[in-house]
Amino acid sequence: MTEPGTDEEAVRAPDPLATPYREREQSVTMERVGHGVRDDGADLQPESELFTINLGPHHPATHGVLRLLCTLEGEQVLDVKPIIGYVHTGIEKSMETQQYWKAITFVERMDYLAYYFNAQAFCMTTERLLEVEVPTRAEYLRVIHTELNRIASHLFWLGTSALDIGAITMMWWALRERDYVLDLFEMSSGQRMHTRYFQVGGVMDDIPPGWEAKCREFLALFPSRIDQYEALLDKNEIWLQRMKHVGVVSKERLLELGVTGPLLRAAGDPWDLRKAMPYSAYADFDFKIPVGTVGDCYDRYRVRMAEMRESCRIVEQALDGLPEGPYITTDRKVALPPRHELATSMEALIHHFKLVTEGFRVPAGEAYCAIESPRGELGCYIRADGSAKPARVHVRDPSFVNLQALPEMSEGGLLADMIANIAMLDPILGGIDR
Amino acid sequence: MPDATGLELVAQRVRSAVAEDAVVGTTYEHEQAMLEIAPARVREVLTYLRDEDEQPYEFLASLHGVDYLPEEPRLGVHYQLLSRARLERLGVKTRVTVEDPVVPSVIDLFPTANHQEREVFDMFGVLFDGHPDPRRILMPEDYEGHPQRRDFPVGGEPVLFTFNEHKYPRWYD
Repeated sequence: MTEPGTDEEAVRAPDPLATPYREREQSVTMERVGHGVRDDGADLQPESELFTINLGPHHPATHGVLRLLCTLEGEQVLDVKPIIGYVHTGIEKSMETQQYWKAITFVERMDYLAYYFNAQAFCMTTERLLEVEVPTRAEYLRVIHTELNRIASHLFWLGTSALDIGAITMMWWALRERDYVLDLFEMSSGQRMHTRYFQVGGVMDDIPPGWEAKCREFLALFPSRIDQYEALLDKNEIWLQRMKHVGVVSKERLLELGVTGPLLRAAGDPWDLRKAMPYSAYADFDFKIPVGTVGDCYDRYRVRMAEMRESCRIVEQALDGLPEGPYITTDRKVALPPRHELATSMEALIHHFKLVTEGFRVPAGEAYCAIESPRGELGCYIRADGSAKPARVHVRDPSFVNLQALPEMSEGGLLADMIANIAMLDPILGGIDR
Repeated sequence: MPDATGLELVAQRVRSAVAEDAVVGTTYEHEQAMLEIAPARVREVLTYLRDEDEQPYEFLASLHGVDYLPEEPRLGVHYQLLSRARLERLGVKTRVTVEDPVVPSVIDLFPTANHQEREVFDMFGVLFDGHPDPRRILMPEDYEGHPQRRDFPVGGEPVLFTFNEHKYPRWYD
């Protein structure tokens, strides 16, 4: 990796491995609090002492491998520095070596609870570059699956977050219903997670017979289950005390920090890309955007609960209005021909062979598309160079950006409140580190 | 999205308000507008687009890096601006060379850029002038090289743990 013509030994940095491990740890800067002076300039009381601890990376309350370097004065959090990268697997780099239709498998593994959303953002951007028209039925099937995925993702958030606060029952109840959704995914695509159901140009297959009835069964059941969760939590003294007026950050500050999704809506800003800039088939449906008033953890919880009800309504409407027609584009240069055609049509066989071996080529260009994931704006940027593999894929993951708000939510509060803040922030480390 | 004409008008306003050389070019493809600006003018142009323009873009949705190998200048930094009032997106990009990869930091204009600029530095080696905490964010602190560059090879990297980090010293050579 050295420049030609320079002396290789001279440009080498000192061997990082020669540094003792503990000294490397100290390279994390703590200027703001490390000098015996608090933020407001006042000296510390003689009896108080700053205490720096590591929370994580292997801590069950951090929802993944998130490390937080906290400076505490007693039980009060003075400073939080999130340190990430522990599950960085270079997905964006790996995708540059994959054909577009194979890269869907990679992109689904970023935000591993919202895999349909990742796939949709990637497919939408590729479709924009290809200028492929997606059939209406495919758009409806995408909406149905993403909204079910939103429910599943919020349910997992609800179960794990309540567990952090100490409400263990919620974990079992929420995951019971999530399993129902995963059963639906398994029925339509063969996989429970990372389904690879969305394809460039549409979806992989039509929903099987009986799927709609099973989905409607779930939709009929689920609102009553949300009632049960709320009966358990909404009047629970411990839950309310842990949630109310905790982690308040103003709407203006959240916008500066780029925070989107339920966190922003809880602060009272009804910004939802499904409504504001409708993509896919969202313009066809009637649904509401729940917003909070205070912007504390309780509002974040309420907003997500209300979103699950709205998602149910969207799926119901989409099932009612599900149009007939193809489930994937008929453009044979992009989508595989139906299997039965291969036996009779030479042209179909050639298309099949070309698509499977080489993949489709995408004309050179750049595009950025954003959708509303359960955590906020999920953007996908693709630069195509004319070959069958993307030259650059970047996913603007909402967790990555939202995490910047955690210090603002937590500083000045108690250490236990920071756990509630992480829970209500709902970070997915697979998405943060990619 | 501003349409092709709207993009030219934006470019024209930026040229007259900031500097003639601020705008390097405009591209309008796939119904998306992209303004290419000179790296030295990033702060001025983004300040103008955020505050002073008649059609302001107040929200920075995404900041990411690109490697345009083999084109020159190779490295690119993209700013995806969003106007939540007019529901319009505008891409702004700037390109720098590998030899002099310096772009002014916009962290005081858009605090959301903090982690994202660190990621672009980590992955592409673009130096953000004025960033208060310019450290790596995803790769280990002692890592050498910028792995998202197109000439950085894929694979062949041993998994380093504390117990074997001395077994593969300078494996990256």
